[in-house]
Amino acid sequence: MHVSYSVAAGDFSNAGNVASTVKGLLKQLNISPGHIKRIIVALYEAEVNVVAHSNGGSIECGIEPDEVSIVVADTGPGIPDLELAMTEGWSTATVEVREMGFGAGMGLSNIRKHTDELSIDTGEGKPTTISMRFVLDGGFHG
Amino acid sequence: MTLKEVVEIVHGTVLCGGEALDREVHLGFASDLMSDVLTLLADDILLITGLSNNQAIRTAEMSDISQILFVRNKKPTKTMIDLATEHGIIIITTGYSMFRASGLLFSAGLEPVY
Repeated sequence: MHVSYSVAAGDFSNAGNVASTVKGLLKQLNISPGHIKRIIVALYEAEVNVVAHSNGGSIECGIEPDEVSIVVADTGPGIPDLELAMTEGWSTATVEVREMGFGAGMGLSNIRKHTDELSIDTGEGKPTTISMRFVLDGGFHG
Repeated sequence: MTLKEVVEIVHGTVLCGGEALDREVHLGFASDLMSDVLTLLADDILLITGLSNNQAIRTAEMSDISQILFVRNKKPTKTMIDLATEHGIIIITTGYSMFRASGLLFSAGLEPVY
């Protein structure tokens, strides 16, 4: 199964709609609650990042019997220093983002914790593409 | 403890999900930072927060948290209540501060996540 969605920049009232929809799909497919939580938390973090930090983007989900792959791609403006951005507590969030309860500098590192495979393609002035893979046969920890 | 006991301890008001107050909750987590809430692995949590917006409900939904206590008389919007109802999340409000509500619930046996 393959589904795709668009995500608007700055639209906090709808941030989480994609993650909520995908969660419903995964439940219908009888994927275990533990797997669903890890997938959905990572997806929600990535979706909020697109809303909070980007010019907008898209989310593509591929759901297979033994794995889920999700690609979150925005149209920029990119992350100048990815290593710094992966550091817990480091944040460039605006006041508006912090007022929404985010911007604590935990998003990317939390995504990393919840995924089996993660790759991030970005750079200053470039689009950012986050590719996540989740194994459904016990590949998660905890 | 049951959510009914939570309501009694904080002199709370139930805004939605009142039919499920017999539900047990064992862990409490107090935060206005949804980023921190999203790092929790446990599900059976009472989220105690002063952050009253859609993202508090969304974060609970994504984290499989089924009960939220809003402190300091925060008034969730109809949109928030509708969203919580849709996902079976109980909303309780109290006039107590986060510190007071957390302290009372801790003293009564609600356990911390960490």
